[in-house]
Amino acid sequence: MAQVVLKDLNKKFDEVHVVKDVNLHVRDKEFLVLVGPSGCGKSTTLRMVAGLEEITSGEIHIGDRLVNDLPPKDRDIAMVFQNYALYPHMTVYDNMAFGLKMRKFPKAEIETRVKETATLLGIQDLLKRKPRQLSGGQRQRVAVGRAIVRHPQVFLFDEPLSNLDAKLRVQMRVELKRLHDRLETTAIYVTHDQVEAMTLGDRVVVMKDGLVHQVGEPLEVYSKPRNKFVAGFIGSPAMNFIDTTISDAGGLYAETTGMRVKVPADRVSRLAPYKGKTVTLGIRPEDLREAAGSDPHDLVFEALVEVVEPLGSEILLDTTVGTHTVVARVDPTVRAKHHQKIRLAFIPHRIHFFDNRTEEAIV
Amino acid sequence: MALLRPRDVQQPVLARLLDNERALAAVLLAPAVLILAVFIAYPFVMGVWLSLSSTSVGNPGRFVGLQNFLKAWNDSIFQTTFQNTFVYTFWATIFKLALGMWLALLLNRHFRGKRFVRAAMLLPFIIPTVLSTFAWRWMFDPTFSVLNWLLYRTGLIVTKLPFLSDGTWALWCAIVVNTWRGMPFFAITLLAGLQTINPDLQEAASLDGANAWQRFWHVTWPLLKPVTIVVVVFSIIQTFSDFQLIYVLTGGGPANSTHLLATYAYQIGVATGLLGEGAAISLFMFPVLLAVVWIQLRYLRRLEGA
Repeated sequence: MAQVVLKDLNKKFDEVHVVKDVNLHVRDKEFLVLVGPSGCGKSTTLRMVAGLEEITSGEIHIGDRLVNDLPPKDRDIAMVFQNYALYPHMTVYDNMAFGLKMRKFPKAEIETRVKETATLLGIQDLLKRKPRQLSGGQRQRVAVGRAIVRHPQVFLFDEPLSNLDAKLRVQMRVELKRLHDRLETTAIYVTHDQVEAMTLGDRVVVMKDGLVHQVGEPLEVYSKPRNKFVAGFIGSPAMNFIDTTISDAGGLYAETTGMRVKVPADRVSRLAPYKGKTVTLGIRPEDLREAAGSDPHDLVFEALVEVVEPLGSEILLDTTVGTHTVVARVDPTVRAKHHQKIRLAFIPHRIHFFDNRTEEAIV
Repeated sequence: MALLRPRDVQQPVLARLLDNERALAAVLLAPAVLILAVFIAYPFVMGVWLSLSSTSVGNPGRFVGLQNFLKAWNDSIFQTTFQNTFVYTFWATIFKLALGMWLALLLNRHFRGKRFVRAAMLLPFIIPTVLSTFAWRWMFDPTFSVLNWLLYRTGLIVTKLPFLSDGTWALWCAIVVNTWRGMPFFAITLLAGLQTINPDLQEAASLDGANAWQRFWHVTWPLLKPVTIVVVVFSIIQTFSDFQLIYVLTGGGPANSTHLLATYAYQIGVATGLLGEGAAISLFMFPVLLAVVWIQLRYLRRLEGA
């Protein structure tokens, strides 16, 4: 059990600066997820914590120890790799026991621990098999087992589910979450899958180009994205972005061809300086709905339906408004046909505005 | 009134024959079988026949049973030769494996000029054996030995070392040259094997608390075993039947003390002209090589089966 602190962490590969001034405080027992598109530096950050990658500058503390110069084996951490990295020539039992053997645990204790862990993960019947005789999901379990059998201070996960098929991934996601609740060990988890990030993380760190863009609880990151990148990255389908001009006609309006939206009252003061300028309006597909007659007309716009994607529990509508493409996620009861027009309404307090130059959220 | 005949009735004979899988297989196998028969089976059978006969140059000879083998077995030069062959093969293979492994592990790291070093390492392997062995012979030369000169000048020795003029020394010199020549093959093959090992395994092992030696012993080495077995068996076969190197370096001397089976068989069979006796000597290699190949095949089959 330990906290992990990263201070002004930097990593350069020759001239390429892949991790830039990362500051993070992973709390004790927390499940922290680093998420971002590939090449954002999340894996490199994790590998620096593991000690597999040298630190260019900055500090990493695990517990109350500065670990910058400690080799991986002395950091008391365990890592689950994307491709499992199971020792192919060893049985499942030996794979799990290896770390304990290297640390000179007594044989009896190794056996107790391995069996306990195997039972916890439901792989107790596979102990004599070799990795190649296992399915992807079973290998994943063994890899997790190898990590937890050692009772380390911190777990590191490097995209552990990305080699599994979609169904298994969902199942293992739930299991990992349950496991973490039970083991209460600090965990840092790297993924490019924002759904995994949202569902697993106590807190989520969104990274891009080596920079931390936002740190927060999943719903906070979802509902209050700090900038346009976070807004577009978290949530699926992604948030709609529409370039609008702020105008004053007895109240502020965000306008573009085919759309004229009244700026919600609580945002008026912040948007006042943008009068006459262009800002990006952001609205999530789920924050649009089919307009009813009672909706105020300045929250409603007309859109041309291009594609209808019925998903059963909901319908995704790909529509166009002027030159913009707008995706709406509406109730399955909505009867929409392509090439027809539909009236959609904003949920006003869910509208986001972003500065066009800095891409920061205007709140 | 014209009758329509099905086409296949008129199919040419050859096409029909090739449609038959057995016939096709025979046709396709024939060239390989022919080559094997002419270049492997015939000389081998001929060799066995010669070894059982009293054939010599100019004398067709007659069947003499195992007499040639018995004669060789009781010949003191043959006994030395037989022993030399095992000593030579054993030590040369051990050295090639150890040094080749070490080189492969070094070359598997990232460093500047890696490609250049990898290419340069192959030089001993590329240079014709006869040429490089001649160079070595000069370095070991009793009068002009650059090694002796160096050691003498640096004060490490006071009298010249009898590199090729002493039987035991000469055999070890041959082992050194063989090691120098064969090591690149080990290094390159083992390096290729090393590169198929997922680097994540090393990282996983280091997180599991293994130090460099433990990572090699518990992870790298077991995974490299299949490649190692193959390359060691190859090397044993080649070293055990080595000819060129001894022929050029010592010619079997001094006083027939450094002969290997191949050079001694040549000496007796071709140089002396006793074809039957020479064939018998070279056939002593057969059971040993057969055993080595059998072990290898068994091991590989077990790997496939597992």
